[in-house]
Amino acid sequence: MAEIMYWEALRRAHDEEMTRDPLVICMGEDIGVAGGTYKATNGLFDKYGPERVIDTPISEGGYTGLGIGASFLGVRPIIEIMSVNFAWLAMDQIFNTAAKVRYMSGGQLEAPVVIRSPGGTAHQLGAQHSARMEKVFMGVAGLRSVTPSNPRQAYGLLKSAIRCNDPVFINEHELMYNMKGEVPDEEYFMPLEGSEIARQGTDITLFGYNISVHWCTQAAEILASKHGINCEVIDLYSLAPLDRDGIKASVSKTHRAIIVEEAEPAVGVGSEVMAIINEECFFELDAAPVRVSAQNVPIPYNHTLEKMAIPNAQDVVNSVLKMFGLTG
Amino acid sequence: MKAADKKRVLREMLFARRFEERCYEAYVERKIGGFLHLYPGEEACAFGVLEAARPGHDYVITSYRDHVHAIKCGVPPKAVMAELFAKETGVCKGLGGSMHIFGTEQRFMGGYALVGGPFPLAAGIAKGIKMKGGDEISICFLGDAANNQGVFHESLNMAKLWDLPVLYVCENNLYGIGTRIDRSTAVIDQYKRVSGYDIPSAQVDGQDIDKVYEAAQIAVDHVRSGKGPYFLELMTYRYRGHSMSDSNAYRTKEEERMWGTRDPIIILRDRLIEAGEITLDDYSAMDTEILEEIENEVIKFAEESPEPSAELLHKYVLAENDPWVHGGAK
Repeated sequence: MAEIMYWEALRRAHDEEMTRDPLVICMGEDIGVAGGTYKATNGLFDKYGPERVIDTPISEGGYTGLGIGASFLGVRPIIEIMSVNFAWLAMDQIFNTAAKVRYMSGGQLEAPVVIRSPGGTAHQLGAQHSARMEKVFMGVAGLRSVTPSNPRQAYGLLKSAIRCNDPVFINEHELMYNMKGEVPDEEYFMPLEGSEIARQGTDITLFGYNISVHWCTQAAEILASKHGINCEVIDLYSLAPLDRDGIKASVSKTHRAIIVEEAEPAVGVGSEVMAIINEECFFELDAAPVRVSAQNVPIPYNHTLEKMAIPNAQDVVNSVLKMFGLTG
Repeated sequence: MKAADKKRVLREMLFARRFEERCYEAYVERKIGGFLHLYPGEEACAFGVLEAARPGHDYVITSYRDHVHAIKCGVPPKAVMAELFAKETGVCKGLGGSMHIFGTEQRFMGGYALVGGPFPLAAGIAKGIKMKGGDEISICFLGDAANNQGVFHESLNMAKLWDLPVLYVCENNLYGIGTRIDRSTAVIDQYKRVSGYDIPSAQVDGQDIDKVYEAAQIAVDHVRSGKGPYFLELMTYRYRGHSMSDSNAYRTKEEERMWGTRDPIIILRDRLIEAGEITLDDYSAMDTEILEEIENEVIKFAEESPEPSAELLHKYVLAENDPWVHGGAK
């Protein structure tokens, strides 16, 4: 098993699927000749040519709609939106068409598109390049939303998403493309629904997704070594649908829960997970579930303030200690 | 168009007119719910263009004013009416409604309710055609007001950039909902707006089917021969308000009267009478026959069809039994 980077895992998935099926195409800004801002399509232009590796105009609503239209005819487009902040410009096409077309056509048409887009707070990108939008994409019927937290998931989820007949939105993270991780050498597919136990534990469940899984596991190590608290970390790599059974199973085991998200708390992943806990296992709880979220501000440019605006592993540690009536 | 074709098209147009008028009545009777956008007055647009194209072979996509385009593509009228009646026998099993008529078997790729939304979808369909190597074209009907959406410009840019086989047909009925074009649009002549993308275009009288047909033949030939997109602007008028909830108070009686003298069906009828192809009695007999057909077959079918079953509520949201959802077929 090789250790490869997140972008390399994505690239491998693109490449294998494009070799297998001539109707798989990828499209987006700078993904072709320039090789992709985050290199997920690096080298594919030379291999597959401009008809299948399409450099689009800076025109998110237009090219996303074009990909959706092509998918009506059986083309399998992988649409890269360079930053999730720009995905707002394509919302009409994603929400009003891709997510609804099978339903409103009574099953006649479907839009098997994959839309990949990174978000998150990176390094001083300013408010309009720092948004996390998982909470938006997980809330619309007809759309699947997944968010890989490591290279193994990135490869396996993209492979399944390309072959799935539903529109799938893949939230990535700007800070994670160079993250290394073990990826099996043989071909494999991740289920698009479910969650993974990133760390087994008994005392409390920390729910994370994408980058916040790593904050949770860092916090879990600190809590185990310094405070003797054994955290379970659940990686909610599928946000739509959320893994109700997995959430229930873990909370029923640990009886405590903290949900960690990079976005603002309102109407977010955390509030949805808390609602599920409330519905599924309220009487298992030893404490009220808590969210660790971003401050309710657009992300500031100043680096100190930027760090203050979003949570980190120490915030998770503090939150756990508070729940147990302890102090750091 | 040959005389025999014209007689057939006259009947089809009259059928479309009576179909839409019957929809109006059914709406008033509360048999049809929601929004209802009717097409009377604009028939020469859909029929002229699609006579020059190959409905059922070429792909067609349009806006919420979509019943007539669907029928002309070959979608059975009774299944369209059943959809408007929200019955399980409707084209979309009662899940779509007036603004979302689909008929993929007939390559009618649907009616969409967001103004301008189909522009890029049509370009994408054209991309799909190109990838699969067929001789079909993608035809996108939309109103004039849609051209003020950003995706109009984005789509034209890409369609031209990549020479996609897409024909954009602008049905310019002079109003975007209730706002007249000169109050919403800086350049009134829509065909001029595409010159910025170097896309060939034409503007013709959308009430005269012969003129529409002639212009559409040039447009369709251009697109089908691989020369890239074409934009056709058809000057037309809708007799009714934008939708059934529109009181239509923003138009003058004079204007409505003037356009009433330019009825596309009457223009074609009189031309055929003048040429000695039909008589006024033939036309009246045809009209009676159509009204009976709509009542006895279309309405009756929609009325007598069952309501959708409750299990349809959750069907079609996500793909059923898709192995890749669960990590692939082992």
